[in-house]
Amino acid sequence: MFQDILVTGLVNGSVYALLAIGFSLIFGVARIVNIAHTAFYMLAAYGFYALLVKLGLNFAVAGLLAVAGVTALSLACYKLVIEPLREHEAAVLIATIALAIIFQELMLFAFGGHYLGIPSTLDGVVRIAGVSIPYQRFVILAVAAVMLAATWALLYATRLGLAIRATANDLEVASLMGMNVHRIALATVAFSVALAAIAGVVVAPVYVVDPFMWLGPLVTMLAIVVLGGLGSVKGSLAGAFIIGFVEAITVFALPAGAFLKGAVALSIMVLVLLVRPEGLYGVVFEEEER
Amino acid sequence: MLRTLIASCAFALASTSALGQTTVKIAVLGPMAFVQGENHWMGAEMARDDINKAGGITVGGRKLMVELVRADSNEMTSVPDAASAVERVITRDKADFLIGGFRSEAVLAMQEVAMDHKKLFLGVGAAHDELGIRVEKDYNRYKYWFRVSPTKSTDLGRTVFGVLGAVAGDIRTQFKTETPKVAVLAEKAIWTEGLIAAAQKNLPAMKMEMVGLWQPSAVATDVTAELSAIERAGADIVFTFLSGPVGIVTGRQMGERNMKAVAFGINVEAQKDEFWGAAAGKANFVSTLDTYAEVEITPKTVPWVRAFKERFKKSPTYNAATYDAVMILKEAIEKANSIKSDDLVPVIEKLSYLGNAAVVEFDKRHDPVWGPGKSLGIGVQWQDGKKVAFWPPQVKGMQPFRLPAR
Repeated sequence: MFQDILVTGLVNGSVYALLAIGFSLIFGVARIVNIAHTAFYMLAAYGFYALLVKLGLNFAVAGLLAVAGVTALSLACYKLVIEPLREHEAAVLIATIALAIIFQELMLFAFGGHYLGIPSTLDGVVRIAGVSIPYQRFVILAVAAVMLAATWALLYATRLGLAIRATANDLEVASLMGMNVHRIALATVAFSVALAAIAGVVVAPVYVVDPFMWLGPLVTMLAIVVLGGLGSVKGSLAGAFIIGFVEAITVFALPAGAFLKGAVALSIMVLVLLVRPEGLYGVVFEEEER
Repeated sequence: MLRTLIASCAFALASTSALGQTTVKIAVLGPMAFVQGENHWMGAEMARDDINKAGGITVGGRKLMVELVRADSNEMTSVPDAASAVERVITRDKADFLIGGFRSEAVLAMQEVAMDHKKLFLGVGAAHDELGIRVEKDYNRYKYWFRVSPTKSTDLGRTVFGVLGAVAGDIRTQFKTETPKVAVLAEKAIWTEGLIAAAQKNLPAMKMEMVGLWQPSAVATDVTAELSAIERAGADIVFTFLSGPVGIVTGRQMGERNMKAVAFGINVEAQKDEFWGAAAGKANFVSTLDTYAEVEITPKTVPWVRAFKERFKKSPTYNAATYDAVMILKEAIEKANSIKSDDLVPVIEKLSYLGNAAVVEFDKRHDPVWGPGKSLGIGVQWQDGKKVAFWPPQVKGMQPFRLPAR
């Protein structure tokens, strides 16, 4: 059972990490609570399906085009919808909810309410320590590991990363120091949504693609970023794996209560917040200190 | 003489209430963006065309054409929308009759609106017992409700345990296992509660061992953990009660893991042609209760299923029983010589209608009478990309059930 929990927790945690880190970055840098974040994940899964299954492109090309297309769309959304409202946080929140629902309804209109399946990138299964692990799970783990490493490299080994961290640390000071915070926000949105889109592309062959597939991960992702600390990348990473493993343990320990895995994750979030309101690695923003 | 003539005209007017009316307007209510609603509509369209080609419905010596009103209930996401759709088709579209509905939660609300307006509503989708219980408890209010398909939840349970017994028999014979091990995988929903309780009670009596109960969410996208645990428990059968996308994920992930256990039960997604593609061709041996296949459930089944496939390039799901619902209305209208709901209720209550997958007769709850030769259902299994029927074995055209290799 330990091996099962380890594998399931790692895979789920990796996908959550790809989603939560991007969400956290956007919030940290631009103070945007982007509810449409997992809707971009859903759009990427649909794009991947259309390009791979309908147009017959190969996995790599379909995946790259899906990620690129969704990233470009996110930039257009940012320029047209988010940026004009940025001074009004509540309006931005509502606008991103609207965007998510529009994307959902567009997919419902274009593809219907059918559940769509995508062939595995790598077929087959391997048994390790008595646990059957399909190769596609290794693909998810590998892609997640590469992307998390790339995120770390971007943030800690590039000038853009330094600018992103500086802006996340103090938006006003970064602006006063001459940084173009709007351009940094734009770059952060693109990078974050690309992470979500990559998650959508790698999990699509394991899950089913449908217009509502963004809702479940949204709740989990929100729990993770609050648990880890809003705006903290390190916190999101830790939170993602904590929730991934908690869900796996719940299913194995309480088989008849497998449906409770989301509730257990949310309960842990609430408990952490009671003890540590800023989350595990929380950033206490200046406006909150005042 | 004149007085008699006038009286006759008045009687004719009153009895048909169709003078001046050239059509019988039937509202087809369903989630039209989804497979269920599509099938509601396709079944009704076929019935409309068959009736209209044959000259229409005879009422009071006149022929009335069938006119369908397509009403998207949006019930997958909103129960209030479903209730509003009923209100809309009655008050704005002036529908004479209602057919369709899918989600029990929504249909319970839709039923209330239809009953408020005293409109005949033939259900083709929701299985919850409460819909029929209401008829029995408050007949005068709910008598306008009839369930054409499927059978109520309790009867679905009776069928599913019947088929399970046959599957267990195959396992006993093929693998020399006296007491097959059964893992119950049921989504967390109201409709599965009675079936789980029945499994816990019936399985030991059927000489099967229940090795555990796993309850994912209906919209779970991953059941890896559940399937790992089921494999470890050594299950021979994964007894499923799944209506949501979790049914696709279960089939696919069982295939990916090359599980030795076979999945049987209720898996609504596995009833659809799209299931094989949605499960990326991995869901071999997944089996479920179903309604239609090219087997002789009734003399009408094979030609009708073929005609459906020919026209729509896909197999019907049980929601396409809107065909039977429209035909039942036609038969009742012609017998009653009226399109008034109050006149049709007693006629439908006594009707014995030879349908495409059942002989439909209604009990005191206005539910279809369950049993062989009436409304029963069939067992189907996915075998190498094709959905084949295997139960009940006495029906002509059934094929053998297959088990994964060990």
